[in-house]
Amino acid sequence: MSLSITLTINGAARHIPLDDPRITLLDLLRERLDLTGTKKGCDRGQCGACTVLVDGRRVNSCLCLALSHDGADILTIEGVAQGDRLHPVQASFISHDALQCGFCTPGQIMSAIGLIAEGHAGRDPERVREGMSGNLCRCGAYVGITEAVLEAQQTMATSDRRDAA
Amino acid sequence: MNRFEYARPATLAEAVAAGAVAGSAYLAAGTNLLDLMKGGVMRPGHLVDISRLPGLDRIEHPGDGGVRIGALVRNADLAHDPDFARNFPAVAEALLSGASAQLRNAATAGGNLLQRTRCAYFHDTASACNKRDPGAGCDAVGGENRLHAILGWSEHCIATHPSDFCVPLVALDAVVEVEGPAGRREIPLEGFHLLPGGTPERETVLEPGELITAVRLPAEAAGFAANARYLKVRERTSYAFAVVSAAAALRLEGGVIAEARIALGGVALKPWRARAAEATLAGARADPAAFRRAAEAALADAKPSGDNGFKIELARRIVVRALTLAAAGTPERMPALPASPFAGAMTHA
Ligand SMILES: Cc1cc2nc3c(=O)[nH]c(=O)nc-3n(C[C@H](O)[C@H](O)[C@H](O)COP(=O)(O)OP(=O)(O)OC[C@H]3O[C@@H](n4cnc5c(N)ncnc54)[C@H](O)[C@@H]3O)c2cc1C
Ligand code: SF4
Ligand code: FES
Ligand code: FES
Repeated sequence: MSLSITLTINGAARHIPLDDPRITLLDLLRERLDLTGTKKGCDRGQCGACTVLVDGRRVNSCLCLALSHDGADILTIEGVAQGDRLHPVQASFISHDALQCGFCTPGQIMSAIGLIAEGHAGRDPERVREGMSGNLCRCGAYVGITEAVLEAQQTMATSDRRDAA
Repeated sequence: MNRFEYARPATLAEAVAAGAVAGSAYLAAGTNLLDLMKGGVMRPGHLVDISRLPGLDRIEHPGDGGVRIGALVRNADLAHDPDFARNFPAVAEALLSGASAQLRNAATAGGNLLQRTRCAYFHDTASACNKRDPGAGCDAVGGENRLHAILGWSEHCIATHPSDFCVPLVALDAVVEVEGPAGRREIPLEGFHLLPGGTPERETVLEPGELITAVRLPAEAAGFAANARYLKVRERTSYAFAVVSAAAALRLEGGVIAEARIALGGVALKPWRARAAEATLAGARADPAAFRRAAEAALADAKPSGDNGFKIELARRIVVRALTLAAAGTPERMPALPASPFAGAMTHA
């Protein structure tokens, strides 16, 4: 069987022939499309390093069969900055020192972008921690991560209000 | 992962026909199936992708107070549906205590019911497991079994069912709608999962090719909305399966319990409805003595299946605590740490 899928990845449409139905979205991004910003930690849904947005929702790309997502709109860490302008979540991760080795960071940032879009956490640090619990950090940068997410959310809300005015 | 043929049928009828072929598995979000295929635990020759079947992704509120949850509704969407969360708060709380936000965004209602046990020996293909390989034996017996079953187990299998969602669902008389080669039927969730007995490989009453189309809660289930909670003890605060959990729902009439519903998770190979415990509460005052009597009744038949005797006393205490929380009233807003016994008690610098 010859298989192929079309994905919009970071805004660009890609037609991708597949020679094997088994490939996950994570392996497709990393091995086929050279988008290695998305990390593989556990490959089993247990760490969050592979988090990307699929049709605007954060999911673990290691547990997504690529074929099943034909037609989807994918946002990865490579697609969040606008040229040299960092995404507010990226900027606040830097200003809050929300990382050490950086391995979990792309997943943390994609997860935080998803969390902010979901809008259930508000300004409650406890809700942010709970909402980010799907992203493990072996370096234990959690305190900075929570602060970074809270600040980015605030920055984004303020700029939304400015845009609306 | 084994090789497989992939198909994405366009209609329910085509899906059921494809799913009835020997060696087929339905693929919903794949958060359990792909995990098990990566480990070689499941090796379906045909993957029938049902994730885009039309009409199965809706939450329908028929107007009588009940709800019909399409099999493809994502766990997160269900938990955050305002009408659903208002009418069935313990179910929403259970959903939000499961897995992580990413997994809940993907995982479907049907897939959650059919997720397989987390028994480590089931997941390790080098171990003996009657569920994976009927007749092979069970390495969990006499092995690492702190987290195994205390109710309804047999010497052939001592595993537990891992779903949180199913626990309040079974307490609230959920019904599973299925479509199969022989047509449509409905199965009460309480009779949907099977205890292991001598055939632990047979996990549910589903016949080959039968596909879950929806899960329904009756109107009466919404009558518990004011006093319904889910409580889940985990080995860490979040993103972990239940060691023991309980759903408790009460219908109170002036401090007296008109009707109680109790179910336990993490204790058996199915979500465990504690009917004897419910019966002790009917007509009783909602007080600690009544809750302790109910907990005794709920665990009356419990037996350790290994190094897990502690789960019996833990389960009693969780039942008492869940009933106490339910009697105090469903919180207006979902707790920051859903189902956590530590909610409100966490301190961070
Ligand atoms: C790290 C991790 C932590 C988790 N923690 C929790 C937790 O704390 N609590 C909890 O409850 N769950 C937890 N889960 C499990 C998660 O909830 C399930 O994986 C998920 O609900 C399965 O849904 P799915 O749509 O991905 O199913 P799939 O993986 O697609 O399918 C699961 C099974 O159901 C079958 N199936 C799916 N849909 C249908 C249907 N409509 N009809 C017939 N058969 C069908 C499939 O063939 C397969 O056998 C966790 C999972 C992971 C990976
Ligand atoms: S407890 Fe059940 S699932 Fe675990 S190894 Fe034994 S037979 Fe297999
Ligand atoms: S690599 Fe996907 S969750 Fe760990
Ligand atoms: S920064 Fe090292 S794992 Fe998180």
